Amino acid sequence: MTGAALEVVRAGALTTVQDLGRPGYAHLGVPRSGALDAGALGLANRLLGNPPEAAALETTLDGVGLRALAPVTVAVTGAPCAVRVSGRAVAWGAPVRLRAGAELEVGRAEPGVRSYVAVRGGFAVPPVLGSRSTDLLSGLGPAVLSAGTVLPVGPAGPDPVRGADALRVPGVPGTRAGLVLPLRPGPRADWFEPASLAALWRAAFRVSPASNRIGLRTEAGPRLERARGGELPSEGMVLGAVQVPPDGLPVVFLADHPVTGGYPVVGVVPPGPALDAAAQARPGVPVRFVRAR
Amino acid sequence: MRPLVVGGEALLIELDSAAEVAALHAELLRRRDAGELGAVRDVVPAARTVLLDGVRGPRALAERIARWEVPPLAETEGPLVTVPVRYDGPDLAEVARLWGVAEREVAGVVGDTVFRVAFCGFAPGFGYLTGLPERFHLSRRATPRTAVPAGSLAFAGEYAGVYPRSSPGGWQLVGTADAVLWDPQREPAALFAPGVRVRFEEASR
Repeated sequence: MTGAALEVVRAGALTTVQDLGRPGYAHLGVPRSGALDAGALGLANRLLGNPPEAAALETTLDGVGLRALAPVTVAVTGAPCAVRVSGRAVAWGAPVRLRAGAELEVGRAEPGVRSYVAVRGGFAVPPVLGSRSTDLLSGLGPAVLSAGTVLPVGPAGPDPVRGADALRVPGVPGTRAGLVLPLRPGPRADWFEPASLAALWRAAFRVSPASNRIGLRTEAGPRLERARGGELPSEGMVLGAVQVPPDGLPVVFLADHPVTGGYPVVGVVPPGPALDAAAQARPGVPVRFVRAR
Repeated sequence: MRPLVVGGEALLIELDSAAEVAALHAELLRRRDAGELGAVRDVVPAARTVLLDGVRGPRALAERIARWEVPPLAETEGPLVTVPVRYDGPDLAEVARLWGVAEREVAGVVGDTVFRVAFCGFAPGFGYLTGLPERFHLSRRATPRTAVPAGSLAFAGEYAGVYPRSSPGGWQLVGTADAVLWDPQREPAALFAPGVRVRFEEASR
């Protein structure tokens, strides 16, 4: 602990602390959790010379406002947004130095949904089961941010940060043109009508407003018809699993997904850039599934 | 045993019974501890499956597992925890009626059973316990409760469970346990982990 800290001035619609999550506890009913756009979290930490597992803030749509209680260096990645320090515009996707008392204002995401605010040294809230991630499904980890919360900052890594200038900061892919998700069929693709499965590859869905950290829900597409009735006994679920509830509309499981589920999984979207893009897709964005190798 | 590949790094192994799941789960943990399993991040048993997640080369692993001889799990295998219960649940009378016993005999039916945690889910630390003889299996309540108190001992279908925290639920509630089911600051965090055997004894009044 360095004594450095940031105070939440404006919490935003939903801002949580996220790191790489808590894998390895699924057998106890503990979701993996962690940053939804893992690529953006990794980039923010690299920009600041933090280790990959350092905790950052994940905002939802309308950013966050923070006041530095001591000098700190921050970086904002993920969904592009206006970044201001005490009213003055500063760089997005680059290290920004804050003086004690300076106010960082992370603006509305445009396009995309989730921006990441990392601090050099990482947010040092107490870990639970090895992770500082907020798990909204099971209520583990730090509470959702609210105004007045003081977030401690951990010790910084070695100085100077090497290679940060050379990092390429990507845009957010696929959010305007539509989201294209590679899907590897199985394990329960055989629970669906072959004609319905064939239609899945041609179908256009839309991102539903009911999407959250648990899953990207779809709407407006064709219903996947079941080839068999009956209930599937509850079974283990992986990140990126595409579960199909009785309404026939696919749900792509994101970081806070339940560890087991009782609806058949038609296929899996491999973790990586496509799943990161799913975390950035706004309600109404078109979604298609393409067959993954 | 039917292995199903799940995405690029997971394997779901489907079995015919809860007993086969328990046996394969125990075998997987034995081999993982002996360093024979290779890379695997999560071993997640469920009702009729075991999921292996974070695997390199799930197809090759499936072929290896298919050749294993998996011994059935002995009833005496696995750590045993004893959990005191007060039989004060709101569904006690209804459960006694469905079981065809007097209310005061419910504790005996439960106490005579050695349960085993088949799998966890629903909430951290919530274990699905198997072992209750089939004639005592119960359906869920027609209307779920919006809040089941923490510590409630409950039954539904082939399973028994204890709610680690207050949550909605449709299981039949027969009693209350004071045991701390889930404490992330404790090692182990979950009292009921898959494979653990559980005995419920009536708490002295």
